[in-house]
Amino acid sequence: MERVPILKIGDILLVSIQLDMSDQTAVQLQEDLAERIVATGCHGVIIDITALDIVDSFVGRMLSTIASISKVLDAETVVVGMRPAVAITLVELGLSLNGIRTALNVERGMELIAAAHADELDYQLDDDLDAETATP
Amino acid sequence: MALSTEESGRLAALLSGQDERVTTRWTEIVTSSLRGRLSQAELRRQVQDLHGAIVATGEQGTIDLSAEGAAELRAALSELSRGRARQGFSATETTISIFALKDVLAELVQETGGPSALQDYVAFSKLVDEMGLFTFESFVRTRESLIADQAEQLLELSTPVVKLWEGVVAVPLVGTLDSARAQVVMERLLQTLVDTSSPYAIIDITGVPAVDTQVAQHILKTVVAARLMGADCIISGIRPQIAQTIVALGIEFGDIATKASLADALRHVLRLNGVETARRQPRRDA
Repeated sequence: MERVPILKIGDILLVSIQLDMSDQTAVQLQEDLAERIVATGCHGVIIDITALDIVDSFVGRMLSTIASISKVLDAETVVVGMRPAVAITLVELGLSLNGIRTALNVERGMELIAAAHADELDYQLDDDLDAETATP
Repeated sequence: MALSTEESGRLAALLSGQDERVTTRWTEIVTSSLRGRLSQAELRRQVQDLHGAIVATGEQGTIDLSAEGAAELRAALSELSRGRARQGFSATETTISIFALKDVLAELVQETGGPSALQDYVAFSKLVDEMGLFTFESFVRTRESLIADQAEQLLELSTPVVKLWEGVVAVPLVGTLDSARAQVVMERLLQTLVDTSSPYAIIDITGVPAVDTQVAQHILKTVVAARLMGADCIISGIRPQIAQTIVALGIEFGDIATKASLADALRHVLRLNGVETARRQPRRDA
């Protein structure tokens, strides 16, 4: 059975989907990804679908599931590289990929995750600071 | 409606017998109807071409406009009507060049007389009518292809995607937005977003005369598609009347940012991007 490779770049896991997804590959990818997020402690997942000509409801649901799983494991998911034709088809079909963040390419996706993560860090640091000042 | 062999022979003989006179008279009649919009020499050349084609076809045997043998005549006729259609002449002005032959033939037949004169003239007239119809048809065909070409060019020309800033592209929409144009705009905008990797797009509708539910639907689809790809769209150039129409029709733009002018939209995007614009002391020369 074919497997989708998962690459680790810094604090981000990169998944580039290059083949037609079947039920089995999708389930395998979800399992592999969940394991890798826990093992590496990464805070971002980028799913690159540049190579996909067709995104149907099945692939859409798979992306949503992956996003939800990552969310539970405290990792932000960004889908990148959607082709114009794919986007138009999705709109015509009325599928909107709710709850999934998107970016134009991998580079923008990494910026997005970095920004989101930085916000979170700031927030946490502020909290810590508040906590320190509150207790004399 | 084909001419019989004898009739064709007689027509060819009649026309070629007084070669010079026929073309001169024919040119005269056509010139008066076109009121000097084509030069005498040009008209004369066209008439001579037609004359030659009819004589050549007539000498072969029967003249039948739809037959194989009349290919040359048909080519001459379509050549004439194509030229006229492109130069902007009306259908009447085009077909009159053919129907003028009737007057010439009437004069010729009257002079020669003979027992079969009337019968010949009726047969010749039918042929001329047929040629006239053929001319009219090719005239219309040329016009239609012209219109189709122009519509296509308009579609190409009217949807530019311009880069306003690093990472900001704009589509100034001009004219009515129908489904075909909306599709072209959508595809081109999304492709440009990918090519330039711009995360912001501004759709400017200053040039759109009216926004109804259908146009709004097209714009909304474009915005949603851009969002799916990871880019944000801002709609700008909403004129007061259009704002009223949008509210009256109950169109919901949801959380899509709308701005009154393109400048406002650009400022909004730049602020989102973290670019600050500040006014400096204007430079004074001398």
